[in-house]
Amino acid sequence: MYRYDAIDRALVEARVEEFRDQLARRLSGELDEEHFKPLRLKNGLYLQLHAYMLRVAIPYGLLSSRQLRMLAHVARRYDRGYGHFTTRQNIQYNWIRLEEAADLLADLATVEMHAIQTSGNCIRNISADQYAGAAADEVADPRPWAELLRQWSSFHPEFSYLPRKFKIALTGSDADRAAIRFHDIGFQLVRDCGGALGFRVFVGGGMGRTPFVGPCIRDFLPAGEFLSYSEAILRVYNRFGRRDNIYKARIKILVHELGAERFAAEVEAEHRHVKTLGIDAPEAEVRRIAGFFADPPFEPGLDDAVDDGGDEAFARWLLRQVKPHKVPGYRIVNVSLKPKGGIPGDASAEQMEAVAGLAERFSFDEVRVTHAQNLVLAHVRACDLRAVHDGLLAVGLAEANLDLATDVISCPGLDYCTLANARSIPVAMKVADRLRDREAELGELKIKVSGCINACGHHHAGHIGILGVDRKGVENYQLLLGGSGAEDASIAQILGPGFTEEGVVEAVATVTDVYLRERMAGERFLDTFRRIGPKPFKEAVYA
Amino acid sequence: MKLLTGNVSRTGEVIWWTGDGWSPDVADAVLMDPAAGEAVLAREAVAEQVNDLALVDAEPGPGGVPRPLHIRERIRAFGPTVRPDLGRAGRDWR
Ligand code: HEM
Ligand code: SF4
Repeated sequence: MYRYDAIDRALVEARVEEFRDQLARRLSGELDEEHFKPLRLKNGLYLQLHAYMLRVAIPYGLLSSRQLRMLAHVARRYDRGYGHFTTRQNIQYNWIRLEEAADLLADLATVEMHAIQTSGNCIRNISADQYAGAAADEVADPRPWAELLRQWSSFHPEFSYLPRKFKIALTGSDADRAAIRFHDIGFQLVRDCGGALGFRVFVGGGMGRTPFVGPCIRDFLPAGEFLSYSEAILRVYNRFGRRDNIYKARIKILVHELGAERFAAEVEAEHRHVKTLGIDAPEAEVRRIAGFFADPPFEPGLDDAVDDGGDEAFARWLLRQVKPHKVPGYRIVNVSLKPKGGIPGDASAEQMEAVAGLAERFSFDEVRVTHAQNLVLAHVRACDLRAVHDGLLAVGLAEANLDLATDVISCPGLDYCTLANARSIPVAMKVADRLRDREAELGELKIKVSGCINACGHHHAGHIGILGVDRKGVENYQLLLGGSGAEDASIAQILGPGFTEEGVVEAVATVTDVYLRERMAGERFLDTFRRIGPKPFKEAVYA
Repeated sequence: MKLLTGNVSRTGEVIWWTGDGWSPDVADAVLMDPAAGEAVLAREAVAEQVNDLALVDAEPGPGGVPRPLHIRERIRAFGPTVRPDLGRAGRDWR
């Protein structure tokens, strides 16, 4: 993985010291909150319902074991023993004491981590396919390009005060595991008919109160023009994006109002100019960065067979959590952070350390975070799967539910978040409990819950989405059906009037009854919904 | 009736106005009429020790513990409902 050079290190260390000074001035009363708040937000510190919340960036969701151990240390030393992995592949801590925040950031800096650009109207942490460099279906590894974007966008002076926040995601496969079409920019690595590497570029996707699936504005961008084209998109946005109305400030509104074609034409015009400025990384630099993501020393000629030894639980886990790897004899292991009775995405310090230890022993020292709030060990030998399973079992993380009904995504909601209208975690847990018995029968079913219209829990992209609203001071839940954050991206539609908490849990169960009744062979929930439309679901739910 | 609440700037901890100071336990909080609440809020805002100062609607609750009317404030008083182990023992968010 990428290792900091002297410049990266100096920047992050300088930032910690700068914040230490700002914090000292706030604590001594020299700075008031009005002036301090933007400074702490620039370092990922939000004030939430119960305490300060710190959001730590995990570039493209990739962690070394050492970094994950540090995240466990932070949970134990500065928080209450746990952290919450988010849909943006980051981690959030819920109980940070402001007075300790500079020490915390200094600890993070020792493992090349920080909270820079995790808040505010800048280019946020870049996200990417969690199977990068391992997937059997990969065209090319997106991580070198994500790293290039990270370097380009870090402290980019022109893009520090954009009209609104800006989120970029990359994938290197046709299968979209990074929800790229729900990002401000989504890049998909592709090859043209001559075999040259490039990108399909999607712009203006997003969730929030006005969800859009990003249209494609460029079918093939040569890889060598990656940064100049990104710069052109950002410049067009910076110039024309609405700064007068926060609800219209995201690039998705600009793309929608101009139309994808006109927006693309503006970008092309800008690009003709930007391309001449020498912004694109020289090939040698691209190669240097790619070198950090070279394959680990895979053993050739390993036995590819896996024997479940007649152990039913292990067999189920193999079937659900383990995916093909590009190298024979290896597998990708998905670690569920949705255990029975657990809070989606939460992991204790002990669990983080256990996963870090397994990564050290069995997966070349690295771990990935997924946008579905799970973890991944990307390079596990087939012969080590049993040991990995048993290691996970020991810390309660051997659930076999990837992409099933109990693998629910949930934002923190009203249990933690100041912006929330309703709690999302308890609903996610109750839905999971309600469907657990039939989840195998239901097959792939992505359920996503948000506690308000900001849609941090991706409810617009759920096969089943649940949105918490405030109805005269009482929690109420809307049910949405038919969304997808994958390569078949679509926006879920609201089914009808909202429900109480128990009501929405029952409504979800009813909706799955309709699916089981109506499905044709091989159809997922989403396929059936797309074929028959909302009417039968509506009739059953509101009967 | 109103409660005055906020978060300690230095730590982030939730606190409630008791009549002559602050407490992390809503049981110590004092119910005030809105005008009295506004006066304390204005005074405390100047001190810059508490963030997100707010007057919230509340009523006398069971056992004399003030009960905020909105669930949001009850969750602030109790802690996350999904982690009762981290909340205030003996307080009910409902
Ligand atoms: C301090 C807590 C949080 C705050 C204040 C917050 C705020 C927001 C806001 C205001 C938006 C809407 C942006 C817009 O439409 O312009 C948003 C969107 C989003 N947030 Fe959060 N959020 C928080 C926590 C989280 C968490 C925990 C996650 C991951 C689980 C997350 C991931 C996202 C995602 C994926 C979106 C939708 C994509 C987008 O439109 O940008 N956020 N958030
Ligand atoms: S969706 Fe709303 S409630 Fe959930 S984390 Fe985002 S802002 Fe908070």
